[in-house]
Amino acid sequence: MSNEDILNPKQMPHEPEKATLEGKNKFLGFWFFLGGETVLFASLFGTFLALKDSTAGGPGTEELFGLELVFVMTMLLLTSSLTSVYAMYHMKNNNFSKMMVWLGVTVALGFSFLGFELYEFYHYIHEYEFTFRSSALGSAFYTLVGFHGGHVLFGLLWIVTLMARNAKRGLNLYNAPKFYVASLYWHFIDVVWVFIFTVVYLMGKVG
Amino acid sequence: MSTAVAQKKGFGAFIWDYLTTVDHKKIAHLYLVAGGLFFLMGGLEAMIIRIQLMKPDNEFISAGLYNEMITMHGTTMIFLAAMPLLFALMNAVVPLQIGARDVAFPFLNSLGFWLFFFGGLILNFSWFMGGAPDAGWTAYAPLSTTSPGHGVDFYVMGLQISGAGTLIGGINFLVTIVNMRAPGMSYMRMPLFTWTVFVTSTLILFAFPALTVGLFLMMFDRMFGSVFFDVAAGGNVIIWEHLFWIFGHPEVYILILPVFGVFSEVFSTFSRKRLFGYSAMVFATVLIGFLGFMVWAHHMFTTGMGPVANSIFAVTTMAIAVPTGIKIFNWLFTMWGGTIQMTTAMLWSVAFIPTFTIGGMTGVMLAAAAADYQYHDTYFVVAHFHYVIVGGVVFGIFAALHYWWPKMFGKVLNEKLGKWTFWPFFIGFHLTFFIQHFLGLMGMPRRYWKFLEGQGLDTGNLISTIGAFFMALGVIIFLWNVIYTAFKEPKASADPFDGRTLEWSIPSPPPFYNFKQTPLVRGLDALWIEKSEGKKAMTPAEPLGDIHMPYGSILPFVMSLGLFIAGFGFIYQVDNPVWLSLVFIGMGITLGAMFVRSVKDDLGYHIHKEDLEKGDGQL
Repeated sequence: MSNEDILNPKQMPHEPEKATLEGKNKFLGFWFFLGGETVLFASLFGTFLALKDSTAGGPGTEELFGLELVFVMTMLLLTSSLTSVYAMYHMKNNNFSKMMVWLGVTVALGFSFLGFELYEFYHYIHEYEFTFRSSALGSAFYTLVGFHGGHVLFGLLWIVTLMARNAKRGLNLYNAPKFYVASLYWHFIDVVWVFIFTVVYLMGKVG
Repeated sequence: MSTAVAQKKGFGAFIWDYLTTVDHKKIAHLYLVAGGLFFLMGGLEAMIIRIQLMKPDNEFISAGLYNEMITMHGTTMIFLAAMPLLFALMNAVVPLQIGARDVAFPFLNSLGFWLFFFGGLILNFSWFMGGAPDAGWTAYAPLSTTSPGHGVDFYVMGLQISGAGTLIGGINFLVTIVNMRAPGMSYMRMPLFTWTVFVTSTLILFAFPALTVGLFLMMFDRMFGSVFFDVAAGGNVIIWEHLFWIFGHPEVYILILPVFGVFSEVFSTFSRKRLFGYSAMVFATVLIGFLGFMVWAHHMFTTGMGPVANSIFAVTTMAIAVPTGIKIFNWLFTMWGGTIQMTTAMLWSVAFIPTFTIGGMTGVMLAAAAADYQYHDTYFVVAHFHYVIVGGVVFGIFAALHYWWPKMFGKVLNEKLGKWTFWPFFIGFHLTFFIQHFLGLMGMPRRYWKFLEGQGLDTGNLISTIGAFFMALGVIIFLWNVIYTAFKEPKASADPFDGRTLEWSIPSPPPFYNFKQTPLVRGLDALWIEKSEGKKAMTPAEPLGDIHMPYGSILPFVMSLGLFIAGFGFIYQVDNPVWLSLVFIGMGITLGAMFVRSVKDDLGYHIHKEDLEKGDGQL
């Protein structure tokens, strides 16, 4: 396939993200990468579970967590996963403007999630003096949840970069795989949050 | 004058070419040279250790320096020598063996190399910046978290950065092998080296993130005041041991599996026989890869996990002997009745079998948890893992280099010097390490700076040191062979060893696009099938057409350089927050380069059909 066909395809195939060898490679490679990320988060979860009662005399999870805030954050992030699905649906239908709209909604939801997370950390630090250094639980909590937050931030910067870069030229076979793997990444972040919600917050509250 | 300028320009262009290359064959050269240099450094450290232990109560180096030596020897040899040397082979051979024109992600391939290289530099910069890490290559907490100075910080940052490179490399080879095989090459027609690289890459993918997390926790504890391993604040030091070995045990299979592939190729080629029990070999490789994740806690039998955990891990560990035994017998049966040529590559392979079997046998002894309480942290363990890592991995790398040297550099290594490399190294190896089994059983602990007179350890240690000098002699002869071959040996043909697999169907060294036409694979040992039917070359699977090639890029180098700079910032911000500026500069460079990579289209270019016809491959 010539470069011209990739950048300005006469007709978009049904699965533009896998229409070129480069796209196929990106698609598969990214799934493998997510496999590695799974081990990364599994290791962090394991560490957290080993240290979740190590409060060193400071506040424990039951005292700290408020499920209302976490519920709002969960809803924001889960909804953002849904809106990124809509974006990919429109990508497959070659409807660039609608894809951009839904990606925009996804990014907005992601940023508001991050805002809540920052507030949550601020709250723990100032109300409870529960910090990264105050106890092993603190170290494990901020590391696990912070790694996730860092992933959210990276994903947001990534999607925004993609949107800005391609705003003027629309979809082609070169950028479709990029949008697609970015949305895969976003789903992965969401799945990790589901586990954080369960293992950290729910089990922290009632476990 | 003018020629000097022209040469200088030529040299600059040469350097720039290698800094920006995304060609897997050139990246293989980079891995080989960098890994080779680190191997020499690790070897030098080993010699210093052996000189210190040459006689009782020796004062050759101080106790602190000795700790740095053992730490750096282990860390360098595993992460900066063995791994990159294997990546050199993987890069040089796998795309050729599967009939591909490049790896799936040429850009990431280059990034992987530069991350490894800069990580290795950080680690070794520690020697000049106040002392190397000194907590052992396993860096157990709290010894590592409380180690004074910045030594261990260099360990953390160096391994973190080079580990990221390794992970990228692993993903790259997985996708390459899944997506880029030539038409007709089903999984069960892949050469065994490709199979072992495939399984190894899977292990890298699932093992390295555990190390990443372990290193992050240690970094946070040492540099940002977290308390993961601080028992007073509720921390738990055993977490490090688990994370380290969840990575660390698969790591030894990451090292050994590719050389199992090498030996399979070498035995088959130089016995002029199809590999015996190919499908059993594939099955054994996959099984070893799987079991490799089930055994990590056998490094922790004396940690106090209790009898149940110890028993489970003892049994899974012993189970690995079964697929490994399958392999040993299949190699023997491959030679059985074959027309054996004792080339240097074959010599290393044949020597590997008894050597590795001894290492495997002591492995089963160590797996017996109750007995391990006796062996733990003695020279018995040191002897065991040198038998498998040197007797397996290093022998395998030497075999592979002698086998694939013509494909990588266009010349067959001198056979006579090859044998002169082998014998001192082989004899020296057994002199060095066989006696260490007995030193260990007599109670000599590993990692000790000194031993005392009159404990029956003198002679054994002297013999061990003498052996180490023989090994060094072998390595020097190999280096001489490399230089000698480059100047004196004639150019090699495409297929100097009457090979069986696709890499021998194209010139030595191959053109930068590898295959002018993608070959059609009709079975295992694809080239051999064609040759046995009297054909000279592979049947093409496609008409001659334009070939798509990637552009080179300096960005991988820049991204890695950014992390290198940031690494020093992280290490020194503990002393003075001003150093944080280096973190921001470095991370800014890296993220900036990533941003450029994201927004700048890079579609590559095409070599036109007409040029291919005209140049006959000589572009």
